[in-house]
Parts: sequence; structure tokens; C-alpha cells
Amino acid sequence: MDKVLSNKKMIALYVLPALLLILAIVYIPIVLTAFYGLHEWNGIGAMTFIGLGHYKTLMQDKAFWSSAGHSCLLAIFSVLSLILYLIVAMVLAARIKGANLFRKIYLIPMLLSSVAIAQLWLRVYHPTNGILNSLLVSIGIDNPPAWLAEPSIVLYALFIPILWQYAGFYILIYYAALKNIPSSLEEAAKIDGANALQIAWKIKLPLVMEVVKVTIVLAAVGSLKYFDLIFVMTDGGPNGASEVMASYMYHEAFRAYDFGYGSAISFFLLVICLLVTWVIRKLTAAKDTIQYS
Amino acid sequence: MTIGDAGRLQNNSMPAARPEIGRKFGYALLYVVLVAVAALQLLPLVWLLFFSLKNNQEVFDQPALSPPLNPHWENYAKVWNAGNIGVYFLNSVWITVVATVITVLLGSLVTFALTRMKWKGRAFVLGLFMVAMMIPVHSTLIPLFSMFSELGLTDRPLSLILSYVAFNMPITIMILLGFYYALPREVEEAAIIDGCSVNRMFFRIILPMTASVLATTTIINLIYNWNEFIFVNTFISSDTNKTLTVGVQNFVGQYTTDWGAIGATLMISILPILVAYLFLSDRIVEGIAAGSVKG
Repeated sequence: MDKVLSNKKMIALYVLPALLLILAIVYIPIVLTAFYGLHEWNGIGAMTFIGLGHYKTLMQDKAFWSSAGHSCLLAIFSVLSLILYLIVAMVLAARIKGANLFRKIYLIPMLLSSVAIAQLWLRVYHPTNGILNSLLVSIGIDNPPAWLAEPSIVLYALFIPILWQYAGFYILIYYAALKNIPSSLEEAAKIDGANALQIAWKIKLPLVMEVVKVTIVLAAVGSLKYFDLIFVMTDGGPNGASEVMASYMYHEAFRAYDFGYGSAISFFLLVICLLVTWVIRKLTAAKDTIQYS
Repeated sequence: MTIGDAGRLQNNSMPAARPEIGRKFGYALLYVVLVAVAALQLLPLVWLLFFSLKNNQEVFDQPALSPPLNPHWENYAKVWNAGNIGVYFLNSVWITVVATVITVLLGSLVTFALTRMKWKGRAFVLGLFMVAMMIPVHSTLIPLFSMFSELGLTDRPLSLILSYVAFNMPITIMILLGFYYALPREVEEAAIIDGCSVNRMFFRIILPMTASVLATTTIINLIYNWNEFIFVNTFISSDTNKTLTVGVQNFVGQYTTDWGAIGATLMISILPILVAYLFLSDRIVEGIAAGSVKG
């Protein structure tokens, strides 16, 4: 048995294809990103080593920090929206008939490509024929704003489709966690005279807290590297008002052909994402200690 | 509730009826919330379906949510025949399928080796796959672009397939792992005693036993690959090699003023997923939940 299953040739045959691929496509590029970030390079010509020069520039690059600010704002919105999702999931888990159908309907936007969602919401926000402004006009609001053209509201407007897209996903996760709570706990609390709100707050919430922490990591890190939808809908505009870190990197590298600087930004982005993951994982370190019965 | 309480409730039916009404009202309120959320989730899509079947005149003159009374199906025929939508569609199909098959196959091989075979460095290799899950795609984009350029792979579908397989490998392995750990070992022990080779055991015994988790991983891979945007947008430049996401993006740009054409194009791009969801919703929900650890 052991002989057959420790045959080195077979092991190599089974492991190497996937391992080499992930080294070539994920790990080597990460090392190269770090390396390029230390050079002046336009992507085609010769590279010039400049040490930490790009990072010095980055520290003083107002456009970058404004995009980082937008990314953080999106991360905060995303984490806050988890509260809404959790409330809906709690309602859904309250022995609702047809809960399964609701859950499936909520998930539909999550299955669509960000490009299709972005194109659809571009129309939703269309100043004259979009459904939003048509509805606003029909209830008597004249001159509704051109949502995506106003620097002061564009970021909030962009967050709505994000909220819409991910709702079903987080509700699905929370619903599954809530359904895992044995009903005996809820019944015991009811007998002790607890009302629905008390049960939700004092019994259900603590029991799904571990899942909530994981979703906080997902939402925060996901927002920090958010790209597709914004890239399609506003391309960072108007005038940088909706630029985020990933789109700023993309513009510097693939529009301005500053591959060196773009690499420095993407390495910085990688470090931030890993750091945020690590910090929030630390907070969830005391895991799997809950005993339901 | 004590026995005394129960007795009191039985003797006096009025106070018992009132909480009943309250409870019903409460449930009605909960339904209102749930239906409202469902409406918000569906509304933009219903609106999309409606305007994909209208001409500009109707889009501009009719109320936004009025159904298309004489549907203009020719919008669909027009966009399908006029541009490269058919080409993009076929590219999406074959690239998605090929990448998914390779990912699931290679992922199964690695998971089998990680859980069943005995070798040094297993923990390290597993760690490499798991850490890769946290790495943002964007941080690899510039080097991948220059690597593919050097190899002459930019503007080739192979660049997409390699990227899709590599980036979906970690989540695929992660989902498979849980299943493989739970798989009973008796079968393979018997197989080996009978003189079965590793390959034969893997392909004839193990792989069929994992059919249900293979279906789950296949589904999430199909969805991720079908919807992928940034790699296509960065690596592919010629129309003949684009997939639907980027194709739609460019195509819609040409029709800035023709709402029906835009709607029809978007509907064509999301229809395969919606139809699949109609028939496989349980599996897809399961797949999305299983893939939820992916950032």
C-alpha cells in the first residue's frame, strides 16, 4: 500500500502540473512585481534601477492617496452594509415559508458578470432615460442629478450596484450560519420570556459572530481591490472622483505605460490586502470554541 | 411556560387570540421586508428585459417599467448578426469550458496526492496553494502581461486559460480537500491489494466517487471564468479572441444611443447563467457558498 502511494514518479506526475502553473502564474509574478517596482520601466525598453524611488513618489502622490481614500470608503460602506444583510438573513431564517426561493432570488445579481452589471447600472443612472431618474421625475422631483457625473455623489452612486450585487451572497452565508443554530436554544429563550429582538441580539448574533468576522475580512479586502465595476462605469471619473487603488494602478501601467510605478502601486496593494487579512484574521483567532449544546 | 399558564390560556381564549393576531401581523411585516428586497434585486433585471424588447421611441415615451406590448425580438437578431457577439459568445464558451476542465482535473490530481499519497513537503505545497488564494489578481497583472508578451502569448486564448486555471486552482483544491478527507480509505486499500495501479485507482475509483463535489467545483469555475474581465481586457486585443465580457463592453460602446440593442446584448451575455440557474439553482447556491472563502 505505502509502496504504491509513495512512488515518487507518480507523486510528481500528480502534483507538478498544478504546482508549476501556480508558481509561474501567481508566485513568480509577485516576485517580479516587487522587482519591477524598484525600477524605472516603460514595459518595453531597458530598466533602470532606482531603489525605493517609486515608493517615495507614491507617498507624496496625491492622486494615489485620494484613490486609496476612495477604496477605504468603499471598504467601510461594504462592512457596514453587512449589518443590513444580516438583518435580512435573520428575517429569512425566522421560519419563513419560501425562504429558499427568496434566498435564490437574492443571489441572482451575484451570478452576473461585473461588466453586465456595470453596463446595466450605467443605464439605470442614465440622466434622462434611466429608470432611477424616470421614477424620480414621475413622483415630482424635477432635475434629478446626473448621478455618475457629479464628483460629490459618484462614489455613493457606485456603491449601490455593489450593494445590490453582493446582497445575495452575504445573505446566503448568514442564512446558512443562522440555520445551524439549534432551534432548542431559541425555544428555551422564548420560554424564558425573551422577545424576537432579544433572541436575535443576545442569542443568534453571538452564535454567528465567527461567520460575521470572516465576512468582514471578505468585504474589506474585496473592496480594497475592487476594480471591474468602477472601471466600466466611470473609469475613475469624473476627474478622479471615483478612482480606486486598483484602477489607479491600471491607469498608470496600461495607459501611462509607467510599468515601474504601476508595479510599485500593485505591490503596495498586495501588502495592504495581506496586512488587512492578517489583522482581521488575528481578531478571529479564538475560533471554533462555540459549543451549541 | 408552567402548567398554570397553560391552564389559564385554555380557560380564557381572548388573550390567547390576541398574541396570535400579533404574530400573524409580525409575519406579514417580515414578508413585506423580504418581498421588497426581492423586488429590488429583480427590478433592474426586469427593466433590462423590457427595454431589450423596445425601440428607442418606446424607451423614451413609455413609463420605464411598462412591459413591451409589441416586443421587438429583432433587437436580438440585429445584435447577434451585426457584430461579433456570436464570436465572443463561442470564445467565452470554449475558453470557459477548457479552463474549467483543466482546473478541476489538475485540482483533483493534486488533492489526491495531498490527501492520499505519502511524501515530504505536503504541508508546504498545500500552504502554497492556500496562500495563493489571498493574492489579488491585480498584483500579478503587469508581470503576467510582460511574461505573456515575451512568450508571444498575448492576444492568444492560451494566456487566459493559463491564468484562469492558476487563479481558480486554490479555491478548487480547498473545496475538494474537505471531500477527500472524508472519503473512506477502505476502498483504495482493497484496490491496492488487488494490484490496482495508482492511475487506475484514481480515475476508475476515486474520481467517480467525488462526482458531487466535482459538480460543485465545476459550477463555480464555470461562473468565475464566464464572468472574468480584467485578464481578457489586459491580454486580448483582437476581436476574434475576445470573450463576451470584454466584447459586450466594446460592443455596447458602439450603440450608445440604441437602447434596444444595448439591452439585447446584455441579455444575451447573462442569459446562459440565468438559464443554468433556473435548472441547477441548488447546485449553484451550494457552489457559491462553498466558494465563499475566496476573496
